[in-house]
Amino acid sequence: MATTAEPTTAVTQPKMVNLTIEGRPVSVPEGTSILEAGKRAGVLIPHYCYHPALSIAGNCRMCLVDVEKAPKLAPACATAAAEGQVVHIYTEKALEARKGVLEMLLINHPLDCPICDKSGECELQDFTYQEGPAESRLRDPKRFNPVEDFGGDVLYTTSRCILCTRCVRFMDEMAQDTVLNVTERGDRALIGKFEGKDLTHEWAGNVIDLCPVGALLSKDSLNKARSWELDHAPSICTGCSQGCNISIDTRDNMVIRFRPRPNEHVNKYFMCDTGRLDYRWINRQDRVEVPLVRRGESLAAADWDVAIPATAALLDGHRVFVAASANLSNETLYLLSQLIRANGGTGAFTVLTGPEAPLPGVPDLSLRADRAANGDGATLLGFRRTASLLDGLTAGDVLIVADADAANITPAQLALAAAVIVIGTTLPENLRTAAIVLPIANHAEEDGTFTNLRGRVQRFYQAKAAPGMARPSWWVVGDVLAALGKGNAYYLASEVFAAMASDVSAFAGMTYDALGMRGLVVSGGAK
Amino acid sequence: MTAVTHDHDAPYQPVFVGERRKELDALFPFYPTKMACILPALWMVQEDRGWISDEGMAEVAEVLELTPAYVKGVVTFYTMYNTHPVGKYLIQVCTTTPCNICGAEDVVGAFLEQTGCGELGITSADGKFTVIEVECLGACGFATPVMINEGFVESVTAARVPEILAGLK
Amino acid sequence: MGYPHPSHARETPVLSQYFGDQDGIGLDGWRKRGGYNGLQKALSMSPAEIVDVVKASGLRGRGGAGFPTGIKWSFMKPGDGKPHYLCCNADESEPGTFKDREIMRWTPHALVEGCAIGAYAIGAETAYIYIRGEFTEPLIRMRQAVREAYDAGIIGKNAMGSGKRIDIVIHKGAGAYICGEETAMMNSIEGRRGNPRIKPPFPAVSGVFAQPTTINNVETLAAVPHIIVRGAEWYKGLSLSSPKSTGSKLFSVCGNIAKPGNYEVTLGFPFKDFLYDLCGGPLPGRTFKAVVPGGISVPIQTMEEAEATKMDYEGFIDQGSMLGSGGVIVFDDQQNMVKQIARAARFFAHESCAQCTQCREGTAWTTKIMERIRDGEGTHEDLDTLFSIADNMTGKTICVLSDSCAVPVVSGINKFRSEFEALIKKPKFHPVTAAVA
Repeated sequence: MATTAEPTTAVTQPKMVNLTIEGRPVSVPEGTSILEAGKRAGVLIPHYCYHPALSIAGNCRMCLVDVEKAPKLAPACATAAAEGQVVHIYTEKALEARKGVLEMLLINHPLDCPICDKSGECELQDFTYQEGPAESRLRDPKRFNPVEDFGGDVLYTTSRCILCTRCVRFMDEMAQDTVLNVTERGDRALIGKFEGKDLTHEWAGNVIDLCPVGALLSKDSLNKARSWELDHAPSICTGCSQGCNISIDTRDNMVIRFRPRPNEHVNKYFMCDTGRLDYRWINRQDRVEVPLVRRGESLAAADWDVAIPATAALLDGHRVFVAASANLSNETLYLLSQLIRANGGTGAFTVLTGPEAPLPGVPDLSLRADRAANGDGATLLGFRRTASLLDGLTAGDVLIVADADAANITPAQLALAAAVIVIGTTLPENLRTAAIVLPIANHAEEDGTFTNLRGRVQRFYQAKAAPGMARPSWWVVGDVLAALGKGNAYYLASEVFAAMASDVSAFAGMTYDALGMRGLVVSGGAK
Repeated sequence: MTAVTHDHDAPYQPVFVGERRKELDALFPFYPTKMACILPALWMVQEDRGWISDEGMAEVAEVLELTPAYVKGVVTFYTMYNTHPVGKYLIQVCTTTPCNICGAEDVVGAFLEQTGCGELGITSADGKFTVIEVECLGACGFATPVMINEGFVESVTAARVPEILAGLK
Repeated sequence: MGYPHPSHARETPVLSQYFGDQDGIGLDGWRKRGGYNGLQKALSMSPAEIVDVVKASGLRGRGGAGFPTGIKWSFMKPGDGKPHYLCCNADESEPGTFKDREIMRWTPHALVEGCAIGAYAIGAETAYIYIRGEFTEPLIRMRQAVREAYDAGIIGKNAMGSGKRIDIVIHKGAGAYICGEETAMMNSIEGRRGNPRIKPPFPAVSGVFAQPTTINNVETLAAVPHIIVRGAEWYKGLSLSSPKSTGSKLFSVCGNIAKPGNYEVTLGFPFKDFLYDLCGGPLPGRTFKAVVPGGISVPIQTMEEAEATKMDYEGFIDQGSMLGSGGVIVFDDQQNMVKQIARAARFFAHESCAQCTQCREGTAWTTKIMERIRDGEGTHEDLDTLFSIADNMTGKTICVLSDSCAVPVVSGINKFRSEFEALIKKPKFHPVTAAVA
């Protein structure tokens, strides 16, 4: 395989220890916790405070397990796996201890699951269902604390908090901006912040995902959906060139929220707030829903069977100038590059930029200055990055505006072109003079891949249906190429990718299967 | 009687200037981190101001290169730091078991009644007294010990309370 | 001498010899009483020799756990290239205990000397003495003593001309019982919340500022100069029963007893004689009911148990309790045990650091139930619940505060059940249930 293998950091092989967890033999590097060893053995040891990205707190005491020959139950998160260890998770002693923890966690919990956003994806619910007590023996009044707005996107529902301190540790160790603390002590303790210092750090929203219970909630998605109503599609954030892996959560074909999806090579477990909250554009309703073909003064709705040949007719014999969006997939950009190759011409894209915002606790993770997902893919595929989108447009070119930001395109520039073809999700006001408008799916509505700034090619999956007659962008461009007699029509994004892999050396040897859920780095490595 | 007012509108005057700053700086060489000086620094703020306000925490955060939230987490852990203004005399009566069995509750009652505070944690109308119960003061053989500001009075009984209060001008 | 009572003839005043002696507080007076001879001698020995002497003496930690001091010191690996630290635990906050307070009030230089020897023995250049904030007078005395010792060149960059640097730093606590737990203390010194740490790593590997650290109690360190001067054999000879319990030990006595105060006896002393003879027995017209012999965290003893006890590490265990910190709390027939156990539970609920679930929630829940029983609103099921909560709080948390809260509850119900039952109401008449029936 020509693709660059994952960098092997293990220069010296770590010493391995062999142990048995719930009867399953497992071998792990020395120093691995029993909890992590359990994951490798395929057993999830219940836990709350432990998180693989954070320091060990050992405070929830939920991961107590029975280790043979040990006098006391051991916290699996804070106990190293040792040679010959025999670990039992479900002995009566361990189950009783965890049941005791769950009872304690619930005595002051409001048990307001019916109105809690976390319900259905709450670890307090899950582990209680799994091994918690059926009833509480509390006969005294519960403790109550009011809800507090932590600023940023975060709401703190104090009474639901189990004080696992994941949020405090995240802000301290990952964001390295200690705006959260544990205030007070004993059962008066709660997560606190300092008056006037809010959770406004670019990466603060991650505390919502880290919270194992319903204590920290997103204000943005508050009360919008029950978790079990949501569909989840793996995707890649388009907010910048980092390529954070995300889950697009939709309900009734509407995106409700983005959440980070772990990828140790890219974003660990996290995503920034800019990316997290930038989803509304996916739901916009002013989409082009049918192909439009010019009939005199007006654009008329047409079937694809009409629009595609009409597009081919317009293109035939003309140089093309492709103004592409840097959020188009590798697949679509590849097919557009084929069009340029066939007809002669050039392709260009612009990238909006903004300030970098790193997450200091994770090396090479940042909200990048380039606020587009696939500028690097576009460059690899021969597109020219420019500050002024239509620079180099020459008289007589057919201008294809492929979902690029058209805001700065002027009538004079348009007049230069022999014809204007819009391949887009929307039809901006200043492109209404176009000859043809071909409606395409947006990022969340089609399959494809992006290439991030380190050359990692990552797949994204369709999360919702495209409106009306809009089609995946690679399908539309592939059909145009076929109508021109310059290529085949494609029926799957994976076929386009395969064609690209056999044609463009950077992608050589890659397939969708090989990319999997972690992606692969283009040959030649990161640029 | 005039009520003591804590003027919250007055601009905060930094504690760590002049001698106090020197005192704090002199501690740094004895610890490998500046953070280790947080307890001493908070004590200095409390000694000067009687309590530790948000501004005080922010100042400590600044001089020790910490965040105010961190400092607040530490302040609220330790019960001797006052996060609210207290009376001129803060009267802390130990009521933990060893003192409790020697009549500490009567001592608390006598202080509450005779200072005019009436309730634990409330500052008397004249701003002179705040009475609180505290956990073990570590002088159980001298029950009931009472801390009045930095002073320590041993073997207090309800009967001794008038005499003690008379000594507090 | 002795304070607040003159030493009884049956006491063995080693540490308490100069309690109440105003002239022994200052450096000059202390030197006249043999002060710093131990340090002088220690500095002429190698650290390993000191550790051996302390090991041979049988000295065990006086803070509560009773771990052999010499062995603890031997965990500090010399020449590992890391800074070592000594932390002196002067956070004495175990209810019923006030012996370290008197050591620091009356013989502050004894502690300075003990710290200096300890620091030298474990290869530390810095010793932190963590004194609880409520100890205003001991703080003044200790600060004064440290200043005098610096000025006299006893400690500092060239301790007693030995070429060894020994800095002693007083660190003032600010109100947290849990900071008497050694890892919580290290966090507190580092400027954090006083949360106990998970062990391992143990302090000798990664302690304060992540460096090798030894933590010793005030009384332990104060005994060291005597051992250095008089020798291990002398100290070992101070033992009345178990050879595993050597030396003299300060016991703080408080509660309902004629002569509360500090008493120093040789380990193995009969507890009955101690209570009735040295401490003067019950107050006039009253009788003893119960004793908590080692600070509120140890099991309550009935008088039968207490009177059969030999006062050493093993003796208290044999009679259903522990030596702990040596804080003896005596309850007489005027006390209601339910009320007092409820008060003890409230103490632990107040002092829980809030890390571990069972402790944070369990101490508060226990308190709620105990106070409800105290107020006559309890049920028999509550007693079962208390046992069950206590079980959940025992042996499952980072430190033992949670266990400590369970101890008086469990021992209290077991040994004084009738007092609980007297307060538990009969089931209330429930009209609906009655109608259905």
